[in-house]
Amino acid sequence: MAKTLWKGNEALAEAALRAGVKAFFGYPITPQTELLEYMARRMPELGRVFLQAESELAAINMLYGTACTGTPAMTSSSSPGISLMQEGLSYIAASEVPAVIVDIMRGGPGLGNIQPSQGDYFQVVKSAGHGDYHAIVLAPATVQEAVDLMYISFDLAFKYRHIVIILGDGTLGQMMEPVEMPPFKEVNGGEPPAWALTGAAGRPHRVITSLYLSAERLEALNLHLQEKLARIKENEVRYDTTMVEDAEYLIVAFGTVGRIAQSAVRQARTTGLKVGLFRPITLWPFPERELDALIERVQGVLVVEMNAGQMLEDVQRVVKDRVPVHFLGRMGGIIPLPDDILPALHTLCGLVRSRNGHRVRPVPA
Amino acid sequence: MAIAELTPPQIASRPEVALAAMQVVYKRPEALTEAYTHYCPGCSHGVIHRLIAEVIDELGIRERTIAVAPVGCAVLAYEYFTVDAAEAAHGRAPAMATGIKRVLPDRIVFTYQGDGDLASIGTNEIVHACARGELLTVIFVNNSLYGMTGGQMAPTTLPGQVTTSSPYGRDIRQQGWPLHITEMLAMMPGVAYAARRSTHAPAEIRKAKKAIELAFRAQIEGLGLGIVEILSSCPTNWGLSPMEALAFVRDKMVPVYPLGDFKVHQALAARA
Ligand code: SF4
Repeated sequence: MAKTLWKGNEALAEAALRAGVKAFFGYPITPQTELLEYMARRMPELGRVFLQAESELAAINMLYGTACTGTPAMTSSSSPGISLMQEGLSYIAASEVPAVIVDIMRGGPGLGNIQPSQGDYFQVVKSAGHGDYHAIVLAPATVQEAVDLMYISFDLAFKYRHIVIILGDGTLGQMMEPVEMPPFKEVNGGEPPAWALTGAAGRPHRVITSLYLSAERLEALNLHLQEKLARIKENEVRYDTTMVEDAEYLIVAFGTVGRIAQSAVRQARTTGLKVGLFRPITLWPFPERELDALIERVQGVLVVEMNAGQMLEDVQRVVKDRVPVHFLGRMGGIIPLPDDILPALHTLCGLVRSRNGHRVRPVPA
Repeated sequence: MAIAELTPPQIASRPEVALAAMQVVYKRPEALTEAYTHYCPGCSHGVIHRLIAEVIDELGIRERTIAVAPVGCAVLAYEYFTVDAAEAAHGRAPAMATGIKRVLPDRIVFTYQGDGDLASIGTNEIVHACARGELLTVIFVNNSLYGMTGGQMAPTTLPGQVTTSSPYGRDIRQQGWPLHITEMLAMMPGVAYAARRSTHAPAEIRKAKKAIELAFRAQIEGLGLGIVEILSSCPTNWGLSPMEALAFVRDKMVPVYPLGDFKVHQALAARA
């Protein structure tokens, strides 16, 4: 199939249509508004539901309602809007209904700005709402990858009756790239699943709730959710690597930064520095085992993010002091470029050199 | 001997004949489950549930109705109706119901919400559901305070009324005036039916049932959103006996919240 040029936000929207989304609820917020606008045009064309909500709170709760009917539905927003959606996300997780959310991150905290950022890692990966659960979080680095991940997100959401969040930043939403669009398909064969609220015609009535007044029953729900999350962890880890086979140093970065780090890796290689890139695609489940195996073979790790060090905590959790971990973070909408990353790599080399222990090997200057 | 020829003492002495002679004149509506409700003695919620269930039965819509329950004393409403139901976050029932109705337009969707839920935390959701003219039915139960959390002041609390969070009585200079949200919503073109009823006497309860029916008809006939505010007793948090609580509704609430129709779509007028 021929490639066509797509803007990230619009590509995500079209991919969702092809993935079988039947309803979209959203609220304008830069830098994801093109996604909403695209849906406003295309959903009615396809006879599907588009509704601009009065707030992000309403949008996520509309999505919650639609999800209870077993209909593939989604919303999209950006950081401050995702903060408002946290309430609904928690109810959706507890009720075990499928929902897809796109978060095109912008600079924070507060109103921040509309520049790219990765400052939502904590609120999306660690705690998308109150209570004990994680959403499945997919972090594309290119527009094509955004399309491919969006295309499977409803299947994942329905398979696990869970939340899938596509986490991108303003760069991904705004940039244009050639993309191959997948064909149209239906989620779950286009049929409502057996748990869906459709009206109690010829069967006992069904209830979808997140209320469990008895402590034992609520604990049982939580144990069930934990068991489900363990299954997701087992089956859904995704990641990408570049030149890790012989790498002595490892950069860990996700999303847009992962892609910039790829250029930095190539540049560093021309100077003789043996650097590789580990790019988690699922931020939850975090590719722990895969990263862990690599740490055994490298001397130091550089984490690069557009925040003050959020994924860094997950990397440190895996590395456990085995090798030095250095961090480069830019904030406020500033994108770390290879010119920032290369000096950070040299700092890492210095750290490795000065660290006592048998693992330290000489590194090229 | 035919039953008609038996004298009452003769019928009473033969149980099988007595049973055959009886007609069922009052039974549990099909739309109600057999669960015992958790509501306090003298609470009007149970009465209102029954009215809704009777209307659902009479309209023949039970198998295609989906309910959205609130947060508040009626949070467990989904256990009492034999219709599919979802439990919303506090105040968000109209948004959730919108999400259901938009993808299943041939189903009948109603929300059941209290005054803290609808008139405080959920004002945005109800106002915009009305503004869009969502084809929903809203049963809005006003008992002048937050019942489930133990009787705090709500936007609907009466001037001077003592609650646990207005221990000196609601002072309108400090805490504002009671919110007449049904009158506000009635102004919107998307609302096809808006009325206030009460549960303080049998005649009022009958009128409430009629209003609930019209609020469902507004949806069924595609006219717009139908809302009925129902003044309801909370003997527990008012510290009154059930009978005193009904008198409180009649004597204290009705003067502040006048009963009546605020909006009746012309297509419903003939039935009102
Ligand atoms: S607290 Fe009040 S509203 Fe709640 S169930 Fe008891 S009487 Fe009814």
